[in-house]
Amino acid sequence: MEKKLNTPISDSVRTSLKVGEEVLINGVIYTARDAAHKLMVEAIKNGEDLPFNFEGQIVYYVGPTPARPNKPIGSCGPTSSYRMDNLSPTLMKHGLKIMIGKGERSNKMISEIKKEKAVYLIAIGGIGALLSKTVISSEVIAYPELGPEAIRKLVVKDFPAIVAIDSIGNSIF
Amino acid sequence: MLNIIQNLYFNVIIIMRGEIMLTVPKDEVVSSIKDMIIETTKTLDKSVVDALVFAYENEENKLAKNILDKIIENQKIAKEEDIPLCQDTGLVVCFVEVGRKLMFDYDLREAINEGVHDGYIDGYLRKSIVKHPFNRINTLDNTPAIIHFDFIPGDKLIIHLAPKGGGSENMSTLKMLSPTDGRDGVIDFVLKTIKEAGGKPCPPLIVGVGIGGNFEHVAYLAKKAIFRPIDDEAIVEEDRLLEKELLEKINKLNVGPMGLGGKTTALAVKVNSAPCHIASLPVAVNLQCHSARKKEVTFIGKEA
Repeated sequence: MEKKLNTPISDSVRTSLKVGEEVLINGVIYTARDAAHKLMVEAIKNGEDLPFNFEGQIVYYVGPTPARPNKPIGSCGPTSSYRMDNLSPTLMKHGLKIMIGKGERSNKMISEIKKEKAVYLIAIGGIGALLSKTVISSEVIAYPELGPEAIRKLVVKDFPAIVAIDSIGNSIF
Repeated sequence: MLNIIQNLYFNVIIIMRGEIMLTVPKDEVVSSIKDMIIETTKTLDKSVVDALVFAYENEENKLAKNILDKIIENQKIAKEEDIPLCQDTGLVVCFVEVGRKLMFDYDLREAINEGVHDGYIDGYLRKSIVKHPFNRINTLDNTPAIIHFDFIPGDKLIIHLAPKGGGSENMSTLKMLSPTDGRDGVIDFVLKTIKEAGGKPCPPLIVGVGIGGNFEHVAYLAKKAIFRPIDDEAIVEEDRLLEKELLEKINKLNVGPMGLGGKTTALAVKVNSAPCHIASLPVAVNLQCHSARKKEVTFIGKEA
């Protein structure tokens, strides 16, 4: 039976998540992949404001297909997480504690996750049509010039994910 | 004016050759490419669905079975509700076979790219191509496609097309082995590629293996291998035996769907080989994710 997770997620709920556990996310998740990560890390280095407050929030590695008229979003499955391994630690130091993607992360990233008591969730890759059904609304909130890589604020209902690395550093892989 | 000159030139060629030259009208190529792209990004071929269902029925790992079930459900939703199977609607790769009796008074490559432009814009597909690897500026219409041309006898134009995802492409490998590494060396390299890729290329995979040729040709062979029908067998006996052995060994790696364990790591292995230099044993492994989207179209040449 899947555990329901409502955003924003408290420290105690986050650290209670165990590797292998299946969850259904409800509420807000923010999208960001390679290019948006790079811009956020640069913003931090330059002392600029971030597009949203990371506290209790989730970042989902996805670049969706364009929405058809009257649909909130197109196909929206996860992209490979390892490409964010060099950038995520900076964001984690600034409060980001939950990430959703697909596939393995580096050993260095696993130890960073443990250090920050963060959690890495995975969604199933290549099922973007099915996952799009869980998205209620989508709005570009930053870096619109990045097109599919812009940061979007999604509201989701029962978005399915699996705990892949928990806050004590246990990995499903 | 230019058109008149072009037509005149075309007719002169026909007369000079003393036979009727045939062609395929540009608008037919453009619209066919567009239609294939829109169709294939939301519909998996029945042979791929059958392979997924077969894998689901044989899988014993509970989580792996659950993932395969979701993948099968996803393709139903995509088809019925007109949503792309995957958000990565790929980089278009085409293998084009041009009948030697055909003649074109337009740029076939340009026509294919026009079809790509139309398909990605009209089909609400993700534009995933950037102009330069460093500037990362999006071309906004998913062009250019990667297009390979080949000649065939007769009057047909055959275009094989696949929107190839970036995740599985990133995990593909190439190595110039030594001749004495032999068959075992090839097997080790393929297994190492699949194991290290883990869940990243979105298994279950179709594994395309190229052996022989040279540096660039072996990559071409591996790419061509993943364009083969999922249920065919290699014609060359050595390749056929290698396909069987590799499939068995890959599915014992316990990578499984999305890298979470199970015996469904590959749905098929396709090996294509070519002659090579006495000093070389090139091997390339091109991975295709479970969203194995591809289509082909055949045109018969018409009198110009």
